[in-house]
Amino acid sequence: MASVEFANVRKSFGTHPVIKGVDIEIADGEFVILVGPSGCGKSTLLRMLAGLENISAGEIRIGGQVVNGLAPKERDIAMVFQNYALYPHMTVADNMAFSLTLKGAAKAEIDKRVKPAAEILGLTHLLDRFPRQLSGGQRQRVAMGRAIVRDPQVFLFDEPLSNLDAKLRVAMRAEIKELHQRLKTTTVYVTHDQIEAMTMADKIVVMHDGIVEQIGAPLELYDQPANLFVASFIGSPAMNMIKGRLDPNDALKFVTEKGVVLPVAKAPESARGRALIYGLRPEHMTIADGGIPANVVVIEPTGSETQMIMRIGGDDITGVFHQRINARPGETVGLSIHAEATYLFDAESGKRLV
Amino acid sequence: MTATTKPPSALGALTRNNTFLGFMFLLPAAVFLLCFLTYPLGLGVWLGFTDAKIGRDGVFIGLDNYIALANDSVFWMTVYNTVLYTFIASVLKFALGLWLALILNENLPFKSFFRAIILLPWVVPTVLSALAFWWIYDAQFSIISWSLIKLGLIDTPINFLGDPNNARASVIAANVWRGIPFVAISLLAGLQTIPQSLHEAASLDGATGWQRFRFITLPMLTPIIAVVMTFSVLFTFTDFQLIYVLTKGGPVNATHLMATLSFQRGIPGGQLGEGAAIAVAMIPFLLASILFSFFGLQRRKWQQGGQD
Repeated sequence: MASVEFANVRKSFGTHPVIKGVDIEIADGEFVILVGPSGCGKSTLLRMLAGLENISAGEIRIGGQVVNGLAPKERDIAMVFQNYALYPHMTVADNMAFSLTLKGAAKAEIDKRVKPAAEILGLTHLLDRFPRQLSGGQRQRVAMGRAIVRDPQVFLFDEPLSNLDAKLRVAMRAEIKELHQRLKTTTVYVTHDQIEAMTMADKIVVMHDGIVEQIGAPLELYDQPANLFVASFIGSPAMNMIKGRLDPNDALKFVTEKGVVLPVAKAPESARGRALIYGLRPEHMTIADGGIPANVVVIEPTGSETQMIMRIGGDDITGVFHQRINARPGETVGLSIHAEATYLFDAESGKRLV
Repeated sequence: MTATTKPPSALGALTRNNTFLGFMFLLPAAVFLLCFLTYPLGLGVWLGFTDAKIGRDGVFIGLDNYIALANDSVFWMTVYNTVLYTFIASVLKFALGLWLALILNENLPFKSFFRAIILLPWVVPTVLSALAFWWIYDAQFSIISWSLIKLGLIDTPINFLGDPNNARASVIAANVWRGIPFVAISLLAGLQTIPQSLHEAASLDGATGWQRFRFITLPMLTPIIAVVMTFSVLFTFTDFQLIYVLTKGGPVNATHLMATLSFQRGIPGGQLGEGAAIAVAMIPFLLASILFSFFGLQRRKWQQGGQD
């Protein structure tokens, strides 16, 4: 086990920069998830850590040692690939034992390492099968087993769940998390799915366009997004964003472009007189008589909660309510907004002001 | 639906009969195969049992041709030559072709240009390249001899096609030159079906370049190697043009292959029956190589079962 450090890491393909100066510190035993939309550079960053891509500038350190010049096999890391990359001509047991076989380990030693790993993952009865004879979830487990047998310094996961169906993905999510709690090996995990990031990570790194937008614990990112990108990326349904400005006469009133007034809890000096974006999480509102009139556009009851898309002035906002609502599309409801839970972003820079 | 139901006609019933329909669809291909494959092959086998000469229908003489061949030292010489020729040329073609394919599979500059160039020996008509080799191997004007003399390595020109062993090596070299592109390009196609992530996983698992080749590339390439080498062996075993242009079987039958001997006895020699018998004698060797490929081609256990 070891810590991992990225120090001002850069990467260009030809003249095209894809990683534009990334600094991340990952403590020993931490489960860190790199998340971002496709093309943000998260997979490239992981492959650079694995040694599969070279580093254009900056330093990557594993356990304090600079690994820029080290070949993948010298870095003592194990990686689970998106397509699992199982060796199709080897049985499950041989797949898991491959790294040991290469080192010329004795049969007894191999058994001693493969058996417990297979047991942890429930693969014992599949050890003689070939990858083609396994289901997607089983292949996924074999890929993890291959990593566990290595007992490496760092585990890398490259979108490991994206080839699985939704139900299996939820199950594997829990399984990977449990595995980490058991092995306590430093883990770097790449995904584009913010739910995966929120549910599994100790620490999330939100990436966008080759830079790190924000690093923090899941709920920290949820509650205190640094900017518009993080605010809109984390959370489902996404945060509502409404353009407008503060009322020059009353800074605790936000006036949308359509003239609707929304409440604000506090308004710093910096927010006054400039174009702003009002951020409101779907769950931070309630239906109340005498609230802001909102026209119901779509109502989606899911049983435990009700999701509603409503129109305020000209802006569509989504609300999630933990109650059953008997509204119909076209009706008007009163909306009470929890002012203390709202955000204000600078429309130009995207930075969060409140 | 109900209104249009009519009593089925005989033709209608036939066209709905899958067996009949399947037979009809097979017919064109079957006729084609019968006319152009089975008939000449059958005729060849039949001629082998007759004493037919050019201009004269033969009569059935049983195994006389084969008995004569069994006591014919020239025939046994060609069998030896053919097996030697096929074996050495195929091994060299495989080794060099695989090596070339591995090089071309790397990220080279001008990759597609080199891949196109590689195909040239394969594209040039055999007779043309054989003529070129004829000059290269000329007893007096050989460019190889000339270069070596100029370099001071030898004093007299090499007698490429005049000495039995030199001649064998020379025709094998020409055959290898011609056959490499087929092997290289086919194996290259096979190499490209191996996912990059397998190599990445292996290198993370600690495999060296040689171990990646030994444990990933080679086993995954085996099915394709089996097909390619079967074809390569068949082509080499039945080779005719190269020998016919370069040596006509000489010196003293040292480079005579079964195919060239069959032609020589059958057409210029006029002994159609004997020539056919020699050609038929090639069949067991060819069958053996096809059987080899049949077992080599069988889907291995790891390729079976499951869905992708």
